[in-house]
This record gives sequence, C-alpha cells and structure tokens, in this order.
Amino acid sequence: MLKRLRENKSAQGTLLILPTLVFMVGLLIIPLLLTLVVSFGQRSPDGNVIYSFSFNNYVRLLGYSTDCANGAKVCFDPLYAQIMWRSLALGFNTTVLVIVLAYPLAYFIARAHPKRRNTYLFLVLIPLWTNFVIRVYAWMMLLRQEGVINIVLGWFANLLHIPFTPLNMLYTPGAVLVGMVYEFLPFMILPIYTSLEKIDNSLYEAAADLGANSLRTLMRVTLPLSMPGVVAGTILVFIPVMGTFIVSDILGGRQVILVGNLIQRQFLDARDPTFGSAASLILMILTLIVTYFYTRKFGFGEEIVVA
Amino acid sequence: MNPFRRSPFVITATMLVYAFLYLPIVVLVLYSFNASRTNVVFTGFIPKFADTVLADGSNIVQSPCGPFHWFCELSKNTDVTNAAKNTLTIAFIATFVSTVVGTMAALALQRYNFKLKSFSQLSLYIPIVIPEIVMGIGILTLFSQLFGLLNNVLNLNGDARLTLGLGTVIVSHIAFMIPFVTLVVQARLQGFEKAYEEAAMDLGANEWITFQRITFPMILPGVLSGALLAFTLSLDDFVITFFTNGPGSTTLPIYVYGLLRRIITPQVNALSTVWITIVFLAVLMLQWIQNREQK
Repeated sequence: MLKRLRENKSAQGTLLILPTLVFMVGLLIIPLLLTLVVSFGQRSPDGNVIYSFSFNNYVRLLGYSTDCANGAKVCFDPLYAQIMWRSLALGFNTTVLVIVLAYPLAYFIARAHPKRRNTYLFLVLIPLWTNFVIRVYAWMMLLRQEGVINIVLGWFANLLHIPFTPLNMLYTPGAVLVGMVYEFLPFMILPIYTSLEKIDNSLYEAAADLGANSLRTLMRVTLPLSMPGVVAGTILVFIPVMGTFIVSDILGGRQVILVGNLIQRQFLDARDPTFGSAASLILMILTLIVTYFYTRKFGFGEEIVVA
Repeated sequence: MNPFRRSPFVITATMLVYAFLYLPIVVLVLYSFNASRTNVVFTGFIPKFADTVLADGSNIVQSPCGPFHWFCELSKNTDVTNAAKNTLTIAFIATFVSTVVGTMAALALQRYNFKLKSFSQLSLYIPIVIPEIVMGIGILTLFSQLFGLLNNVLNLNGDARLTLGLGTVIVSHIAFMIPFVTLVVQARLQGFEKAYEEAAMDLGANEWITFQRITFPMILPGVLSGALLAFTLSLDDFVITFFTNGPGSTTLPIYVYGLLRRIITPQVNALSTVWITIVFLAVLMLQWIQNREQK
C-alpha cells in the first residue's frame, strides 16, 4: 500500500495544487494577458474595445499625439511621462520617509522588555487594521482649511495676537505625501521589527566589549543585520504607493494626478480601456524593474511574509 | 550592560511616531460626537434634549440619542447596514475558501514534487510584486469581456444577464488572498518535523489519519494566522473590490469612498469609530489569547 502511495505522490501534489492553479491562471495570468491584448487595441466610439495590433496607446503614453490643437500632424506633450515620473518620485520619497520613521520605532519595540513587546506591536496593528479609506478620511479632517491643524494653529495665533490666515494644505502634493506615509508606515515597521528582533543580544555585548560606541554599533551591527527587513518593507511600501489612487484622489483632488488615477479614469470617466491597459502594463513593468534591481542589490528578505 | 537600555533619541522618536499614528484616529473619533451638522468645527458634544438651545442654534444637532446621535442615524441608514452585510459576507466566504485552497497549495509545494511546481510557486509571487490596480483592471477586463460574450451567445436578457456583483468580488478576493495564505502556511511547514508523521505511519496510521491527528494540529497555528491575515486583507481591500463590484455589492470601504467624494457627514466618523472599536477589541482579544498560550 505504501508503495502505491509513493507512486501516486506526484498525482497527489498535482491534485492539491490544482485549485490554486485554477485561480492563479484564471484570475491573474489570463487577465494580465488580456490586458496586454487590449492595450494593442483601439477605443470604439462607444467606449468599447476594437481588437487590432497597433502601438498607438504606447506612443500616446510617450507623449506623441495625432490629435493636435494647432492643426499640426504630430505634436508632443510629455504629460503622461510627467505623471509616471511624479509617481516614481512619490514612491521613492514615501519609502525613504517611511524608513526614517519606522526604524526607531521598530528598534524600540525590538529592544523593549519581551513582556511589553506584544503590547507595543499591537499598538502598531490598530492603525493598520483601521480601514485604508478611513485613514485617508482622517487626514482630510486634519488638513482641511477648517480642519484640526488650522484650528489649533489659529488658537495659538490668537493667544500670541498674530494675524492668522488658514493654511492651504489639502489638495497639495504635500498632503498626498503625508497621506501615503501614514497609510504605509505599519508595513515598514513590522518587517524591520522582525529582523531586528532576530539579532542576538550577545552581538551588542560583543560590540560594546570591543569598544564600539553606539553609533559604530548601529552602523556595523544593527543596520547591516536588519537590511532584510528594510528590503521587505520597501517592497511592501513602494509597490502599493505606485498603484494607489485613493490617497491622491481624496487628498490631492484634481491637483495631484498619479499613474493610478490615470488608469482608474480610463476605466470610468474617460472610458478608454485600451489606453488604461497600456498605462497599467507600463506601471507593472516599471515596478518590476525597480524591484528587480533593488532586490538584486540587497537580496529578497523572507520578512515579507510577516506583514 | 543592560540589554534593554535605550537612548533618549530612540524614545523621543518612538513617542513622536506613535503620536503620528494615533493623532488622526483620536480626531476621527472625537468628531463622531460633534454637534455640528456640517462637521466643520468641533462645536461640542451633542445635547440630549431638544430644549437645550445653543447660541448657534441653526447648526446644532439635538437628539434623543444624546452624544450618540450620529450612531443612531448610522444604524438607521440602510446603505450602511447593507454595505456592512456585504463586507462581512465577502470576507467570510473568501477567507474560508482561500484558507482551504491556500493550505492545500502550501502542502503541495512543501511536500510533493510535481510538474508545474516552480510555475505554481512563481505565480503565487505575482500578486505581491505587482500593484493591485494592475490585477484589478485585468480582472475587470476579463469579466466584462467574458460576460459580454456569454450574454450574447446565451441570449441572456434582463435579470438573467451576467453582471458584476457579490460573486465576482468574492472570486477576485479569493484569488488575491490565496498567495498570502500559502506563504504563511509554507513558512510554518518549513520548520516542521517529519519524524512525527513517520512515527504515526510506522504505528499503522494511514495517510488520512496521520494528517488528521498529526499534521493538521501541528500546522493549525499557521493556518489560523493565514486565515486571519486573509480576513483582514478582505475587510481592508479597496482596489480589487472597486473594479469588481456591481450594483448591490457595495462594501463599506467603497461606500465611504463614494461619500467622501461628495459630502462629509459625521456619520462617516461614527462609522469609523465603530470600525476602530471593533478592531481594538479584536486586537485585545488576540493579545489575550496569545498571552494565555504563552503561559
């Protein structure tokens, strides 16, 4: 009987993986291939897809257009390249800021008394599990012209008898950056904490015994050993920032348009799914390239699983 | 040297970051008790009785529910209760299916050799390394093209037409949750002693009994944390739901987003407060369970 089971091992494995493969092929790989096919198509007058093989949408993304205002045949407007660049820059800035904020907190939790570590971690989980959309709304309440920050500033100005005009904070690039940092901060704290927690205390003791000061210990022991966490966190933050459209939609208004907003509008308001598909493939390729070079340089941490 | 010693810099930075994490939440909760109808300025708590007249009477809400006025309004809002029902239905079904399917996949990948193994493992990483919107519009395109085709071929009309709805949201949620469950369970299986299973088999247990009595109880914590992760991902999901929901399958995040684009009402704050309270209690319960396990 054992022999028969052993012979069937491969069949058993296939049977176990089959449902997963159905979902992955049906709802991931086929949709991606379909997106590719659609991106070569053209928009019909009623907003549907006419299948063809043209690079029109990609040429349009590069900024060239045949639909020019001044009657010229071909004109150039780098609008879409600017949107791509803005999204990449925002992804980069958000990631850097999030690392700077997350690191001390993660370090604090990892070095706290083991009994209290869980409590500190749960304090990070509560904002994380508070819904994504609700968290953006909270920043809307803070940043509005009549929002909490302006009210508080107004009080202070009143106390000090300084004339005060409410600051315009909502619907600016800064508001989007703050919103993104807030949304994705927990995704950096958790993996960094996981890799910091693994560092053996004897390493710190050894560093101290050998005369290293705290800065040197940080640079030579703590930072290098926590790199896997930083890498995992970067992947968990950078990729979603590149594709999110709610934060820029609600905190940026019509002022800050990112790739995510561009794609979303093609499927709703503007209704050109072919152009939206092309933009979404370019977005995917951009993130894959950045992730590939980044992980090749720093390795791919297993910490990605914890968050 | 005290291993728990920390520099004042780390402590200050930590406190500031915690303040940054909680300040928006505190404001959100405070404003859900706001007496102002437009929710612009905090005008104090809602008075309980209608005869309490305040200076700015026109803008003040008076309610038999007292400070909980917006919560009373919320419970009467059928859009919200329907959205809550949808959110939970989707989360429970999708979590159950993705946990079963994902655990099976983890067992297959960790224990068996078969064709397509590396392809399967690779496909599970895709949802993690591509932005969600790419997957969302891909699935939307698939459903709209497929449904259009089927409606034409099968000549479906009226209510029989295939459209986006609860079904499409659930199926899409399952698809993006499976990889997370599989990765969590796989991590658990990696540190798994095969000797226990071999001992059970030596003692005459067949494969099914071994799985039931040995393997499953041992991987259960991994399966549960995978399920919990899947559940929170489903509750929190906005992007995939946004592209796959149809009339009648609105979830809470989609409903709130729709409101935010039009008006701001303290009802949204009340809803947020309810949500935060539930999360807080869930986290507290989780910590209590973990502490008990450690003892």
